[in-house]
Amino acid sequence: MDLPKIILRSAAPLLIGIPLLWIFQGAVGGPGGSETAMAVILMMAGINVILAVSLNVVNGFTGQFSIGHAGFMAVGAYTAAKITVATNSLEIVGIPTSVSDQLIFLFAMVAGMVMAALMGLLVGMPSLRLRGDYLAIVTLGFNEIIRVLIENTEFLGQATGISGLPKRTNIVWVGVAVIVTIAMAKRLLGSTHGRALLAIREDEVAAEAMGVDTTGYKVRAFVISSAFAGLAGALLVHQIQLCTPRSFTFIKSIEVVVMVVLGGMGSVTGSVVAALVLSFALEGLRDVQQYRMVMYSVLLIALMLTRPTGIFGTREIWDMIPKLRKKVSS
Amino acid sequence: MSVAVNASSQASDESTKRGWGDTCLEAKGVTMQFGGLKALSEFNLSLEPGELVGLIGPNGAGKTTAFNAITGVYAPTSGDVNICGQRVNGLRPHQISGRGIARTFQNIRLFKELTALDNVKVACHAGRKAGFVASFFQSKGYLDDEARITKRSMGFLEVMGLDRFRDERAKNLPYGEQRRLEIARALATGPKVLCLDEPAAGMNGAEKVALMELIRKLRDEFKLAILVIEHDMKLVMGISERLVVLDHGVTIARGKPELVRKNPKVIEAYLGDSYLEEQHIAIPAHSSESLLPAEPPSTESVNEVQP
Amino acid sequence: MTEFLQHLVNGLSVGTIYALIALGYTMVYGVLKLINFAHGDVYMVGAFAGLYIARGLGVDQEPSLAKAGVVFVGAIVICAALGVAIERFAYRPLRQRARLTALITAIGVSFLLEYGFQLPPIIDGEVPFPPGPTPRFFPEPFTRVDFEPFGVHISNYDIVSLIVAVGFMFALQFIVYRTKFGTAMRAVSFDSSVAGLMGINVNRVIVWTFALGSGLAAAAAILVAGSRPSINPLLGLLPGIKAFVAAVFGGIGNVQGAMVGGLILGLSEEYVAGYLLSSYRDGIAFALLIIVLLWRPEGLFGRVRAEKV
Repeated sequence: MDLPKIILRSAAPLLIGIPLLWIFQGAVGGPGGSETAMAVILMMAGINVILAVSLNVVNGFTGQFSIGHAGFMAVGAYTAAKITVATNSLEIVGIPTSVSDQLIFLFAMVAGMVMAALMGLLVGMPSLRLRGDYLAIVTLGFNEIIRVLIENTEFLGQATGISGLPKRTNIVWVGVAVIVTIAMAKRLLGSTHGRALLAIREDEVAAEAMGVDTTGYKVRAFVISSAFAGLAGALLVHQIQLCTPRSFTFIKSIEVVVMVVLGGMGSVTGSVVAALVLSFALEGLRDVQQYRMVMYSVLLIALMLTRPTGIFGTREIWDMIPKLRKKVSS
Repeated sequence: MSVAVNASSQASDESTKRGWGDTCLEAKGVTMQFGGLKALSEFNLSLEPGELVGLIGPNGAGKTTAFNAITGVYAPTSGDVNICGQRVNGLRPHQISGRGIARTFQNIRLFKELTALDNVKVACHAGRKAGFVASFFQSKGYLDDEARITKRSMGFLEVMGLDRFRDERAKNLPYGEQRRLEIARALATGPKVLCLDEPAAGMNGAEKVALMELIRKLRDEFKLAILVIEHDMKLVMGISERLVVLDHGVTIARGKPELVRKNPKVIEAYLGDSYLEEQHIAIPAHSSESLLPAEPPSTESVNEVQP
Repeated sequence: MTEFLQHLVNGLSVGTIYALIALGYTMVYGVLKLINFAHGDVYMVGAFAGLYIARGLGVDQEPSLAKAGVVFVGAIVICAALGVAIERFAYRPLRQRARLTALITAIGVSFLLEYGFQLPPIIDGEVPFPPGPTPRFFPEPFTRVDFEPFGVHISNYDIVSLIVAVGFMFALQFIVYRTKFGTAMRAVSFDSSVAGLMGINVNRVIVWTFALGSGLAAAAAILVAGSRPSINPLLGLLPGIKAFVAAVFGGIGNVQGAMVGGLILGLSEEYVAGYLLSSYRDGIAFALLIIVLLWRPEGLFGRVRAEKV
């Protein structure tokens, strides 16, 4: 196993991306007062991209129907929040606070992902043998149960939540997370495991007959998807500096479902584009807040009636531009 | 017009063995009961590598049910299924697939939105070495896997003459090509037993002849045992070395094609008893004993050769 | 003992309401294999329809049984029409599509109703339309009288509600199992394409199923409005989810299952909240949901349907 080569190959996007993000952050403003409104919108858009792409792994690649994504967001968010709040005044000997803060945040995010993944395993294992519409109901049910449990648990701040979170989220972190998420999805899609998921979506009986452990793979998809939802949750609460159950209701789950459907289930490109479009559109509609949900629902219905496959269907941008494809397949 | 088939069919059945290996499929007394309906009754079958066996019977006779029972889609209500000497009752289809049996479906079940190449690649999935996580990190083992899978899949596409369709979505392929793709996909799982469910459905005469040639070629090249469900009598008679005939889940005849086609019970099953009356064909009194060759009793051990 | 009986009465009261709403879910699922997410919001519209009619008739000044009857029937008719409209414009175009598409559309319709009713007023009045997010009050349709037989609190509202609800359930039972329409409905539930081939007008069956289901939801809303007069656009959220759970518990698609499921849910809520912890009342439904889906997804009266390979 040629370790240096593997690290180089797999981390290439990050090695290129991080310096670029750093420069970009300088341009639009980093945290600590100089953050512009544009930067805030971009970060929220980035978080939505992570949510949409991760949900696409289950709904789009594997063809299952999960509508409880916000529940896993909450698990990641609360885990990370608890860690950063508990360690807020902690200092690691020999390391300046600015660095240790970032390290702790990184640890908190990873911990959030792990907890969310575990929750995904817990929810997924019994549920994934259920038929489509039943799975939808169960995921919705678990979303609500997680929320209700949080609201009734003192340790988690109940309905008021946890406040005073340190502001750790910035353009670089969001950018890194987005890169990792998209890389994950793309690599999964191009691998034999990704093909197994697609096969399950296309025809579960045939997939099983060809040697694919359908239940095992559905659970895997669910776990991966939940982990990244947890990441998004952790990033979200460290941006708004507040961790309440109100951020993780069924409405949030549906917003993510709309993004995935709008972009095209099974298309990573579609999820990214739809997430960006909807994030910016929502910003633009901020003035007409009351009409926002009504327009959302009309959009949803119109979309389903006219173009249920979404903007991109199951196509990816790298399939549509053959020249790019050669470059991207590395 | 009674037909004495006992001794002669026994002898002729033995001649279909090629000695390419041990029994790779053995179904003993397999019964499928769905509530009040017995879809399959005491189904017995034994296959050795290189045998070409046809499974025929009128619609609803239980042929696809038999396929489903031996590939794990259904768990047999009673009876045993052994693949290459190992009992596979109750295992999930993907596990049974790994034991060496592959199938195609009556109504084509391709992965429609995937390319022809990807369809075949899915069947190679079980042979992968690198795990889920390795794919994220693009480790050498993972890259080797992908290269190997691509090469292997292309090989099967070429065998079936489909390599020019490699990047075409399966749903866009012409019907005949779709059927062949399903076979390529099944082959890619590396089976010892291949079950084809109405592979010629919807094909014209020329395509059927080509298919027959292809099936024989596949049998020779991959040393397979092939079980074929077909409704086209000319094709199945032409290609099968021996036949098993089902009607309402019950095996009513087995043996060489020439003999089975003259069997009054088989004729009755397909054409009805009024046809028999017209042709003045009578079924002998103790028909079940004299028309059927000796049944393999369920107490026999796995490795015994069956008539 | 009194406590036990009180819980019994309350449980039956709320259970029959759940049953009426659950019937709408189950009948629509039966004929269309669609979970009509918007059904709980049809219930809400029923409450508001009743409110507007009641105010129009001047019920708050002069309550009377006759006026109550008009309110009742009026709300049912309006909701039946609403249900038919939703089916015609949102679900029918998607009949041939994947079930997922229709499900998402149903969610869209649900949101449209919930948030549409929260918009700023278009038609003004003491209670404008749309009514907006502030809670409105349903006037008393007839004077409330309380009784206390055997120490159990019960009002004439509860009695009327129980009688009407049970009456409707019996009527529906009769329709589904003893009329030609009911047989047609069950045939469509079983296999809609074959039912069509047998000469059944499938579209008409579906339209009437929606009308019936929505009408029952409206009836439930009016029956409840007497004792719980505060209504708002999100009124249908909780009862909708609970009734849905009841339908799934009983076996979605099965009419008797919906009735039994509703009663069981109502009684369980009452008894658990009464004897254990009252704050977990709303959680009972979810617990029931998880239990049934993990133990017996087809529900109490449901049948497992094997897929033909």
